[in-house]
Amino acid sequence: MSLLMLITDNWYDIRDLGNVSHEILYQLDRVLPYSLVYIIAALMGFVASFLIFVLPSQLFVGVLGERKIIGRMQSRYGPNRVGKFGLLQPIADAIKLIQKEALTPKAADKAVMYIAPIVFVAPAVLLFAVVPFGGHSVFADIPVSIVYFIAISGLPVLAAFIGGWSHANKYSLFGSMRIVAMTISYEVPLVLSLLSVVLITGTMRLGGHDGIDGIVQWQRDYHIWLIFLQPLAFLIYFFCVSAELNRTPTDIAEAESEIVAGYLTEYSGMKWGLFYGMDIGYALAAAAFASTVFLGGWSMFGLDRWIPSWLIIIAKTHLFYFIFIWTRGTLPRLRIDQLMTFAWKFLLPLSLANLLVIATEKVIWNKATDGNFDNFWVYIFAAVNILLSVAAVFIWARLLGYRPEATPKRPRLVNTASGYVPIPAPSREVR
Amino acid sequence: MHGAGPNLAFWVLAALTLVSAGGVMVSRNLLHAVLFLIVSFLGVAGFFILLSAPFLGMAQIIIYVGAIAVLVLFAILLTPRAGRDNGETRWAAPGVLLSIALMAVLLFVITDTKWTTAKDAPEITAADLGQALLSTWVLPFEIASVLLTAALIGSIMLVRSPEEEAEDALQ
Repeated sequence: MSLLMLITDNWYDIRDLGNVSHEILYQLDRVLPYSLVYIIAALMGFVASFLIFVLPSQLFVGVLGERKIIGRMQSRYGPNRVGKFGLLQPIADAIKLIQKEALTPKAADKAVMYIAPIVFVAPAVLLFAVVPFGGHSVFADIPVSIVYFIAISGLPVLAAFIGGWSHANKYSLFGSMRIVAMTISYEVPLVLSLLSVVLITGTMRLGGHDGIDGIVQWQRDYHIWLIFLQPLAFLIYFFCVSAELNRTPTDIAEAESEIVAGYLTEYSGMKWGLFYGMDIGYALAAAAFASTVFLGGWSMFGLDRWIPSWLIIIAKTHLFYFIFIWTRGTLPRLRIDQLMTFAWKFLLPLSLANLLVIATEKVIWNKATDGNFDNFWVYIFAAVNILLSVAAVFIWARLLGYRPEATPKRPRLVNTASGYVPIPAPSREVR
Repeated sequence: MHGAGPNLAFWVLAALTLVSAGGVMVSRNLLHAVLFLIVSFLGVAGFFILLSAPFLGMAQIIIYVGAIAVLVLFAILLTPRAGRDNGETRWAAPGVLLSIALMAVLLFVITDTKWTTAKDAPEITAADLGQALLSTWVLPFEIASVLLTAALIGSIMLVRSPEEEAEDALQ
């Protein structure tokens, strides 16, 4: 009975934490000056999001879960010594990193080397400001949240760049140049894929609730997730963001087999730890953003009336983050020229084609329904888009000469051949 | 916006922008100058947000901090003589003259403008901006894109190596 009380429409309704904070701030506003309430609101939002989302996700899912899952994928145990199931491993790591001596090379630019990790951390915190955890629990509900997210997620690249430059070490500089070149390349298809989302929804606000337009609200209104309506945009976003996050299939900026550790070469101790921890922070932010834009955010086809919306978005974020871990644990690293070719020759034309298709559909939708947009056309567009996306990816890949690997008849296990993998005779002529 | 918060924000942003703009001038290392320039750009973005123009602020960050600053960094790293200091040069006298002329123009504009404060500023959304760009100001908008295309083609022509020229001539 007492549990049911928590989901009535009163201020202590746990389904939307925005109600509670709104009530507290409303009461405070009557006794305190405006600017003080403003600061209290900021602190409250920070502490709440830290306790509910950032701390458990970053420390236990990010650091520990990632190492555990990758360990299982690579047929080993992963961390299991510190605490039960290795649960205290992230804390032990942090203590070790703080104790370590932070070395600074003699020729390094000390001031720049010192501020680079700080500049790297700040945007990761700022990114979570616009992620909606419910209809009313958005920390900064600005009307251009998508643009805000793109703008802020461009800042860490600068930090990585000046960090690598400050070492006066050529491997660091190589890493810096690579990360900047890669980000510039992948930013273009990423923004184009998000542009097609903005085009069809007609709003740049991420959240929204009943009465206020927003991408999540749009997906609630039309009972469809944007991943079904725009699968191609989702795929392009996923590839681009995993390249920008610099995670393993695409981590050419810190490829240890080529350039030591890239821009992290000379960092040690907690300075390195900040870069490592915030890489996970950015991956979580990107996962939260992707699940908001493409996977319906805090809505779940009406289920958000019963389940707290912040639990839904956290679950979706972690689901998406699992895909990041999965690709990291299973795929080999790409070369830099492969990555660049992929961005400019494969993703960019596809994202332009996607934009064209979406624009055409928006016009058709507008004409066919006389401006009263209805559900029927959205489902037709979804079916058409799924077919078009599959066709476009296959045809364009074939035209560029990417071919699927010939499937081997038997699985060639390394241990049955005692470490030697026989190379089959080429079945078709090499072009 | 009114009250203590925006006032405080204005003075903090003004100090940040001006101090880092000064840093651009006095720092001896060219790369430090660029970093100061980035902080200055961020301060200007803050002013846009303070003036209730969040879209312009975000565009400022994307274009100036995300693109132009990175471009300048690249230019410095790829220029052979960028290692020298940002200091003594024989162009000092023309530089001073030019800056005095620029300041005179700016002072003229500042004193000539009628600075009025509007009671209720109309709320301008990103949609309104897009509408204006593609209807009233469509010609300057298109000319800007032509300019960008020309710059793109020009840079490609500049970096072509003689070998590539020869290859193309054979085909």
